[in-house]
Amino acid sequence: MDTIAIPAINLAVIAPEVVLSVVAMALLLINVFVKSEQKGYLGYLSIAGILGTLLMLIPAWGSSVEGFSGTIIQDNFAIFFKVIFLISAAMSILITDKYLEREGCNQGEIYPLILFATVGMMLMASGTDLMTIFLGLEVLSVSLYVLAGFNRNNIKSNEAGLKYFLLGAFSTGFLLYGMALTYGATGTTKIAKIASYIAMNGVSSSNLMLVAGMILMSTGFAFKVAAAPFHMWTPDVYEGAPTPMTAFMSVGPKAAGFAAFARVLLVALPALKPEWSSLLWVLAVLTMTVGNITALYQQNIKRMLAYSSIAHAGYILVGFTAGNAVGTAGILFYMLSYAFMNIGAFAIIILVGKKGEENSNVSDYAGFGYRHPVLGIAFCIFLFSLAGIPPAAGFIGKFYLFSGAIQAGYIWLAVIGVLNSAASVYYYLRVMVFMYFKEPTEDFEWVKLTPAFVLCLLIAVIGVLVPGVLPGLFLELAQKAVLM
Amino acid sequence: MNQIPILTLLLFLPLVGALLLLALERREGMARVVALCIGLLETVLACSAWFCQCNLPVANAPKGFFLFEDLPWIEALGIRYTIGMDGISLLLVILTALVTVIAMLTSWRSITERVSLHYLLLLAMESGIMGVFLSLDLFLFYLFWELMLIPMFFLIFIWGHGRNIYSAVKFFLYTLIGSLLMLLAIIGIYLIHGSQSGIYSFGLSAILGTQFTSATGLWLYAAFLLAFAVKFPIVPLHTWLPDAHTDAPTAGSVILAGLLLKTGAYGLIRFGYPLFPEAARTLTPLLIVLAVTGIIYASWIAFAQKDMKRLVAYSSVGHMGFVALGIAVWTPVALSGAVLQMVNHGLTTTALFALVGMLDERTHSRQIEDYGGLWGKVPLLSAFFVLFAMASAGLPGLNNFVGEFLILAGSFKVAHIATILAFIGVILPLVYTVRLIQEVIFQEERRPLTLSDLTLREISILAALAIGDLYIGLHPAPLLEILKTPVALLTGGSP
Repeated sequence: MDTIAIPAINLAVIAPEVVLSVVAMALLLINVFVKSEQKGYLGYLSIAGILGTLLMLIPAWGSSVEGFSGTIIQDNFAIFFKVIFLISAAMSILITDKYLEREGCNQGEIYPLILFATVGMMLMASGTDLMTIFLGLEVLSVSLYVLAGFNRNNIKSNEAGLKYFLLGAFSTGFLLYGMALTYGATGTTKIAKIASYIAMNGVSSSNLMLVAGMILMSTGFAFKVAAAPFHMWTPDVYEGAPTPMTAFMSVGPKAAGFAAFARVLLVALPALKPEWSSLLWVLAVLTMTVGNITALYQQNIKRMLAYSSIAHAGYILVGFTAGNAVGTAGILFYMLSYAFMNIGAFAIIILVGKKGEENSNVSDYAGFGYRHPVLGIAFCIFLFSLAGIPPAAGFIGKFYLFSGAIQAGYIWLAVIGVLNSAASVYYYLRVMVFMYFKEPTEDFEWVKLTPAFVLCLLIAVIGVLVPGVLPGLFLELAQKAVLM
Repeated sequence: MNQIPILTLLLFLPLVGALLLLALERREGMARVVALCIGLLETVLACSAWFCQCNLPVANAPKGFFLFEDLPWIEALGIRYTIGMDGISLLLVILTALVTVIAMLTSWRSITERVSLHYLLLLAMESGIMGVFLSLDLFLFYLFWELMLIPMFFLIFIWGHGRNIYSAVKFFLYTLIGSLLMLLAIIGIYLIHGSQSGIYSFGLSAILGTQFTSATGLWLYAAFLLAFAVKFPIVPLHTWLPDAHTDAPTAGSVILAGLLLKTGAYGLIRFGYPLFPEAARTLTPLLIVLAVTGIIYASWIAFAQKDMKRLVAYSSVGHMGFVALGIAVWTPVALSGAVLQMVNHGLTTTALFALVGMLDERTHSRQIEDYGGLWGKVPLLSAFFVLFAMASAGLPGLNNFVGEFLILAGSFKVAHIATILAFIGVILPLVYTVRLIQEVIFQEERRPLTLSDLTLREISILAALAIGDLYIGLHPAPLLEILKTPVALLTGGSP
């Protein structure tokens, strides 16, 4: 009788994920014994868990280890993204505690949920099998549905949770169907094997099943990264979700979506590049334009940043369309800087907001820059970075993305991107107009900085300015990470 | 190689000063003094660069550059910290330092709110402008080009009056769209040069020899031209300027007219023409037509203005039209004239904006019809007013005449008709300037005004500028001597 070959497990590959999951489960238990006014400590414990995970990840840089018979990999690409996820999770946790207290929904479960979502994202970035990616996506999504509706006293938050769940489930269906068709066409779900099967058997764009699979998978991912025309859920969910979770959702899951999207298209389906790059071209133009133009009209600042985050997904798609090393490294660099600038901006929004999500219109910022000069300058730095104005990191990121597009010959795409970027400046400036020009109508006395906020803002400002002024190191890391 | 990195000091001294002011947020009197000291120190530094001209030739530096610094910065992308100074940059750097000090002095009393922030922005802007005039790396150039935009935006925005938000946003968007397209062109050049030579670099001297197909070259040049023409401003892209000037605080107008407009012209001289000689030749007729149209049109509109600041703003558009003409024909004489005219315009228009600001401070009106009979009341102010107005109109013996004369003399051989038409543009300013002087200074008083004559601070501002005006007007030879080598190198002759 033949022995059953047990595939090599190699737990070391998923050690960081395991640690983070264990911390999350431990927190769930500890939560039961913590009094409600002390839930904030759970946040610090989860940050300790994140730091521990980071410390495990960093020594792994430079190596490429596979595990679970090639369904998961720990390479530079995955590590780079995982660092982004962990940073965004940690920064979001720093600004969560005070918000929950103010909104009166101080439930400790939020921290483990954030950690579970992070584990899901890490699996997505590491997955080298369509199934692993799907598993990661589900772990992420289920946690996010709960996080979006976490403020159960607030009807908008409930709506956000439900809406995200319905549309998310729907998009997952698309993704899964696309994966099934790809499996049907190539007989495997392993990313590397799909590519080699296509190369060996000369399957090309004439194979409708494969093309349909690619299109459906792209649709599923486009939902996740909020690319137009699959962006409809974004503004409502971002507006309704608790603000720290909006900050988290607009950065981490988006990065995770792009990580998996990139691995599937660039590694598994390079043979279909002409098809998917023209598909992405359309998506990129639509996403940038719809995001920016709609953002111009928003009065609610959370909604404005929601549309702006759609636009930013569009810029990233520009680098993705290029499909070359420069463009892909641009995606990585941009996601990193976007994490800092966007979460920084949301931190300020939480500070300015009042109980019940009040005070979140652009006009409520009148005179804020006078009353709180340092916070005003910090907010300006984030907004300038989002607008892509040097010397902030957002500029270098856009520069790199558009360079990739031009190098690949997509001149018009770059021109459209640049014009979009110019249009976006208007609505970011509008916030500054209110901050500095309009007479203060409020005294902003409720704006109190806690050490956690100071830390989060400090990290964000450093994260925006250092890669902006000295991008060399970060670009090199990004370039090394894209050698998949 | 000189031991002291003068250029780096020039670039970063104002920025360090700006950081210093951040600490002086609440101590406004102190902030003023510190800012002025930094400004004066910067001026001394800029003037000391004058004496480095004997350095030639500097090792590794491109020809004609007597100060040069080159360090690696973002090596992954071939971006270097390359800065250098030749005669053209020298004059503009000195102008920048001088005008910034004057801008600081003009806002000494008129800015009473958020003083430290005001001076901080002035210093930050000085750094940005210095960077534009010194960068020899396209990426670095673009960085500084954008950097000077932000402080200006806030200057108009926070301390402006009237429709300042509208003007600030309009200024920002106009210049931003132009410069973003230039950024794409810069990336395009970088990639084309990289694929041709295998060396990816943004350095100007590396890129200079790149061959473009005529269509590509034309598109790339058009993107550069657009960015520069907005700053210039060349008609029909000038509409942001009168608004921005009118609504800006005096210091803002002074820097805008005295310095920011020069960056467009400088960019065209340093990057536009040398990088794309062929495309530039193709578009020269267009540039000449637009320049001459600008000269005549702006002077015409200036005549109809009731607001003095708007009048000076339109006269700026006209004067910069001459600069555009001088650059467009690209002959040594006209080009020297254009650079000289940039300096002249910087001095004269700065003085005029400062004067209008002083009147505005006293009476809170900039309308011509509110004034009259100043000669008898405030003789000193009137005398300066007449002097600078006549300089602006191109009276021989004063500086603008020299510049305009050289431009016209240099362009006549190349473009007859355009030059003849531009001559009309020499006469028209005389018409509106004489009207301005007559109505404001000499006509009978139309409204009882309580005016005081100039204070010592104001006299020192105007006297410094007047000395500059007279000096260039009477003895421009040393300046032309400085310009001789770089201009000859640019126009393809031997120095």
